[in-house]
Amino acid sequence: MQDFGAAFSQAFALILSGDADLLEIIGLSLRVTFSAVVLACAIGLPLGAVLAVGRFPGRLAVVTVVNALMGLPPVVVGLGVYLLLSGAGPLGVLQLLYTPTAMIVAQTILVAPIIAALTRQVVEDLHGEYDELLRSMGARRGAVIATLLWDARYSLMTAALAGLGRALGEVGAIIVVGGNINHVTRVMTTTIALETSKGNLSLALGLGIILVGLSILVNGLVMGLRSSAARLAYA
Amino acid sequence: MPDAVSGSAAPREDAAAVDPAGIWPVALRDVRFAVGGKTLIDRLSLQLTPGVRSVVMGPNGAGKSLLLRLIAGLIEPTSGAITYAGRSGDAAARRRIAVVFQRPVLLRRSVAANLRHALATYGVPRGERARRLDDLLALGRLEDIAERPARVLSGGEQQRLSMVRALAAEPEMLLLDEPTASLDPQATAAIETLVGQAAAAGVKIVLVTHDRGQAQRLADEILFLHRGSLAERSDADAFFSRPNSAAAQAYLEGRLLL
Repeated sequence: MQDFGAAFSQAFALILSGDADLLEIIGLSLRVTFSAVVLACAIGLPLGAVLAVGRFPGRLAVVTVVNALMGLPPVVVGLGVYLLLSGAGPLGVLQLLYTPTAMIVAQTILVAPIIAALTRQVVEDLHGEYDELLRSMGARRGAVIATLLWDARYSLMTAALAGLGRALGEVGAIIVVGGNINHVTRVMTTTIALETSKGNLSLALGLGIILVGLSILVNGLVMGLRSSAARLAYA
Repeated sequence: MPDAVSGSAAPREDAAAVDPAGIWPVALRDVRFAVGGKTLIDRLSLQLTPGVRSVVMGPNGAGKSLLLRLIAGLIEPTSGAITYAGRSGDAAARRRIAVVFQRPVLLRRSVAANLRHALATYGVPRGERARRLDDLLALGRLEDIAERPARVLSGGEQQRLSMVRALAAEPEMLLLDEPTASLDPQATAAIETLVGQAAAAGVKIVLVTHDRGQAQRLADEILFLHRGSLAERSDADAFFSRPNSAAAQAYLEGRLLL
């Protein structure tokens, strides 16, 4: 218990010191996470909207697959991306393995189905409300999707937050494709795993506190924005 | 296409002629609509032409709202045909028909943004949208609440917005499904004024209502539906003084149950 308390006090001292290595790790974590969430939104939002609005053969099967992909095991995704990007893989020529780009790719694959599945549900509900109006206006499919995504934007923030939560706390995929290389691909979660195994609990705890704090901060900011903006639009 | 906003277009004539570039006449031939084996519209034939304000009446469940949705192309008939100037319905024809629903469906945006969305959806050139927006806001007396979220408006304001949004399409036909069903007399009068302005601008009006007074104020003719069929089509004055069908007689006397 005493060691635990000492680890906590060392962790706070580390955070307050503004340690350069710590800042580098935090910076890379945020870069990888936010890049992956932005890319996953770019894929998941339109995909989810198309699945909500579109009527095509096999739609139900695609919806089922997308829903199932929400539970993708990160290590399996990491392995898949590893095989793609390794020297012998089809994309090996790009030499992306053990780079932040590979980590972003892996996290995007993990997060996109979450955003797509949640988007489909949100947009489908709104489509039920707007369908007759938009059809009576002669709105084309693209315009319908754009209208629904825009009007559901505050609800879709929750989908993006769910993706952010998954990406921020993820370790399995990025450690496989990133390798946890110091000053190159070391991020908060992989560092926590490494330092814990080494018995360096103060750094691991410090990073853990920052990770949880960041998660709460981002969620709080987005939810605050969502509620005030939604109130303005009475969404 | 009539200028519904300014009311400057001349009323239409030549009711029976086919307009090759337009939608007239709109014809329903032997239209049947059934759901789950139950026939809700039964072999209904009807021809709609411009210049006449048609009010659809009938008891609950008679098929009035379904008739509007069929005409608007929102649902497909189980059998029979609906044609617009002799052609089956396409997107171009449907864009000339606007619908006002009983419960206004408003986007989660401001009043002005709802109208901007409509103008963009109807393909109004960007350069004209600002002027058209101002015209529509003025027409609906919505200028002072243009930036308010549409969903916090009163029922009357919401329906006025819904009306002018429909008129943003500069439609040839306006289908109104009990637009004043839940409004107070003042809000009802405002909607009726808008309907009258649209009709004066040459827009064909097809309005569903249970309100006898409203029907008498607005109708040139009455389409009386009973059990999914067109039981009677009469001049409005004649319908209220000497209905032809026993069903209409019973309806006007408050004796008709579906």
